[in-house]
Amino acid sequence: MEAFTIIDGDKAAAVNARRDGDHVWLDPAGVKDALGWEIHDGLLCNDSMCIPLDNEASLVRDGAIGLAGLAAAMDRALAVDLDERAAFLGGSARERSQALAAQQAPDFALPDLAGRTHTLGEHRGKKVLLVAWASW
Amino acid sequence: MLADLYNVVNVPTIFWIDERGRIVRPNDVAFGTDTFKHITGLESARHLTALRAWVRGETPALSAEDVKRHQPLPTAADQQARAEFGLGQWLWAQGRTAAAERHFVRGGELAPHDFTIRRGTMPMRNIDPMGPQFREMLQAWVGGGQPYYRPLPDTAAKQTS
Repeated sequence: MEAFTIIDGDKAAAVNARRDGDHVWLDPAGVKDALGWEIHDGLLCNDSMCIPLDNEASLVRDGAIGLAGLAAAMDRALAVDLDERAAFLGGSARERSQALAAQQAPDFALPDLAGRTHTLGEHRGKKVLLVAWASW
Repeated sequence: MLADLYNVVNVPTIFWIDERGRIVRPNDVAFGTDTFKHITGLESARHLTALRAWVRGETPALSAEDVKRHQPLPTAADQQARAEFGLGQWLWAQGRTAAAERHFVRGGELAPHDFTIRRGTMPMRNIDPMGPQFREMLQAWVGGGQPYYRPLPDTAAKQTS
């Protein structure tokens, strides 16, 4: 086993893993600690939800959880660098599309130049002009 | 974060969000000044006039049907590109720049229309985002018949003129 870094949003956590060709197999205890997900009774669960697994056998092998299968079960994009032993879990196209199609502005929190955090939600009740901009 | 949540693929991108938190003008292109008008061909006044009229309650924003029609939705390739970008950014922050480069390039290949990746990664790749490599990329894109900026048909501006 070797440490493999899983980046989920702004959090990066090292999970014990082994490689088999292009496949990465993760220690279930590490998955639970780093990502909050665990597999039991044919379900992939975290604190708030469970996802039925169509084919648990393809996701779990020799007591380890397949990284690609895990991302697919969560419907998350996955970028992997085997040489650097790191992977990034991205957002789900389906989830993002559903949110935007519902025309409800996704909430977010970002710091201003003084480090104070602002959320979109705190402006509810007012009209908002949201500008995505770059200074380059 | 905003690029991921709102499917932003270039800047500036603006959104109007009403009092109930609904997007009533999605993914539009607007500038606050005319500094770059000679390059972009976009006048700031059209959007600013429409914005003021909407804020004052003089004109409505886009209808829900128009918002739906104009709202770009991310594809699996778009999200994969953002994941490649995210991994590249993390590797770059770790000082693993050669590895980061692979993922920045891959992200751009997956979503060639996403300039938050193609141009946004340039400073991390020691490329001037206003320099010759950017202009070359822009020329290739525009020369292929693709617009660099995709403003919405200015419905609100027409209503106020």
